[in-house]
Amino acid sequence: MAEIAIKGVAKRFGGFTALHQVDLTIADQEFMVLLGASGCGKTTLLRIVAGLETPSQGEMWIGGRRVDHLPPRDRGIAMVFQNYAVFPHLTVFENIAFGLRMKKLPQQEVERRVNRTAELMHIEQLLKRYSGQLSGGQRQRVAVARALAMEPDVILMDEPLSNLDALLRLEMRAELKGVLAASKTTTIYVTHDQVEAMSLADRIAVMHQGRIVQAASPVEVYRNPAARFVGSFIGNPPMNFLPAAKAANGSWSVAGLTLPGPKSDRQAIEFAIRPEDVEAGEAGLPAIVRVIEPLGPHTLVTCDVEGGLFRAVLESSATVAVGDRLRLAPKPERIRWFDPETTHAI
Amino acid sequence: MNGKALPYLLLMPATLFLCVFFLYPFALVAFEAFTRDGAFTLDNFRTMAGSWKFPATVRNTLLLAAIVVPIQLAMALLMASVVSRLETGRSAALYIFAIPLGISDLAAGLIWLAIFDQSGFLNTLLSDLGIVDRPIMFLGYQSKLSIFIAVVLAEIWRATAIMMVILVAGMGLIPREYHEAAEVFGASPWKRFVRITLPLLRPSLQTAIILRVILAFEVFAVVAALGGTNLPVLMGETFNWQFTLQDRNVAAASALLILAISIGFTLLFLRVLRVPREARI
Ligand SMILES: Nc1ncnc2c1ncn2[C@@H]1O[C@H](COP(=O)(O)OP(=O)(O)OP(=O)(O)O)[C@@H](O)[C@H]1O
Ligand SMILES: [Mg+2]
Repeated sequence: MAEIAIKGVAKRFGGFTALHQVDLTIADQEFMVLLGASGCGKTTLLRIVAGLETPSQGEMWIGGRRVDHLPPRDRGIAMVFQNYAVFPHLTVFENIAFGLRMKKLPQQEVERRVNRTAELMHIEQLLKRYSGQLSGGQRQRVAVARALAMEPDVILMDEPLSNLDALLRLEMRAELKGVLAASKTTTIYVTHDQVEAMSLADRIAVMHQGRIVQAASPVEVYRNPAARFVGSFIGNPPMNFLPAAKAANGSWSVAGLTLPGPKSDRQAIEFAIRPEDVEAGEAGLPAIVRVIEPLGPHTLVTCDVEGGLFRAVLESSATVAVGDRLRLAPKPERIRWFDPETTHAI
Repeated sequence: MNGKALPYLLLMPATLFLCVFFLYPFALVAFEAFTRDGAFTLDNFRTMAGSWKFPATVRNTLLLAAIVVPIQLAMALLMASVVSRLETGRSAALYIFAIPLGISDLAAGLIWLAIFDQSGFLNTLLSDLGIVDRPIMFLGYQSKLSIFIAVVLAEIWRATAIMMVILVAGMGLIPREYHEAAEVFGASPWKRFVRITLPLLRPSLQTAIILRVILAFEVFAVVAALGGTNLPVLMGETFNWQFTLQDRNVAAASALLILAISIGFTLLFLRVLRVPREARI
């Protein structure tokens, strides 16, 4: 049983605040993904959970125990480091066995676990090699195997698949998910790859400039972004945003179109829609086609709407040409609205 | 110009310098060691080894090295670990520890002579405290053991810092993430030192030990200052043959012996502390 609770954690490096008041609870056996752009504080947060960094403020709880004062080795965690940290003076076998030897497990058990995890990560033929004789991707898999072999309550992974080629990454992603689900560990997984985040996570915590902006299931994060940043960060292509001016109470004018929306005191808010949630038709947002990218199953069309960029995913059967004037009708139930000042969803 | 030749070209002046001022005199010394009156002979080595002082000389030199170097290594490792861990004041600590490095070995010997001498600091202190009535002859000809201890102390004081500086530099080269990984995977501070720091420090350990061992076989001024002729060492005997007994050939043989011992130990440590290519950082 290892529930993780991060309570009001902040981290300052000198005058720079890397984390502001982070609150996050991760349930036992949950797979939590920390997703965010480079430099937003993912590694810092993970290192605080691991005990490699002391928070400037706040509390860390693991499995109902307050662990702030405990060294990393007493927190029941294993970790995959962003830059692998595979020991150069030990063979792959001894690297994976390192933690088990520290726990003084019998040799037989050490061998069993090393061989099993090596097999899982497809590195069984590398066991006698040294780190200097491995590729980046192989090193990364050794780092993952070393963490898995510990059979820990909590496993912390900092971009463990970032160095694999696309195919291997896809394969490893599925393996990891299976392995971790079977092992009943609580996982915090850091990535800046949203596809990886979506496919692995029970819940995604989206981070932005040292804050957690939203922590919810992948579908929720995708469908109902809690803030403008989430909508613009998640989804490829990202959400479209257009200014909306108040037409009447509860009705907003967007690019000449009047749409029903939330009641608000503000005179101007923001309208948002995902590219796949519009349909080309007779009525809708007036758009001029600029770029057409056929992607196979559908066609990505980049248009001008009110002088701004607007992307739409259309069926590949749609016949459009550059310069065409289209009418893009947003699906009413998929429209989202954001407050331009707080950037929160309304 | 061919880019491959450039490094060699740049090394040329240094190489020439070495040849003229080291290899050539070395050849002369070697020549003198193996000849007498222009004829090849091993007599010089026989004379050297036949001297009644010779066994004591070799024994003292080796014993000194065997005691001083391990103690210094342990101390240097400890000090280097502490210094490396400092967040602030690290260079200040390094400078302070390195002060004895700036003092010549003869001066170091004289400093310790001032401490252990019959009218030195130690005797003054002991009699001021009323512990002794008469000054103790720490460095008299009957007290070989205390001379030996005084030399060991002086050597440790004088030359531990050189090892420490090398080890601090070496520790700085070990990426922090290895220690962190070891920490996460359950290694106590001591285990981290033994299983991570020491193995990854091998190249620096090698340099430090070799340098120190060679220096230990060349010990001379400190011993001369503290023991005079009461504690004969190899280098002292070489000096004797050259200047007191005026026999350049035997002096040359003696110098060659020191060189041979130094080379022997250098090769030994190069071998023992070798890091396989694939296991480097
Ligand atoms: N030891 C440190 N001293 C000063 N600033 C630091 C330190 N560690 C991290 N930072 C800063 O804190 C911020 C967050 O860093 P962090 O490594 O957590 O980012 P990240 O989200 O993991 O990024 P990436 O995806 O590139 O790994 C960065 O702006 C970084 O410069
Ligand atoms: Mg990072």
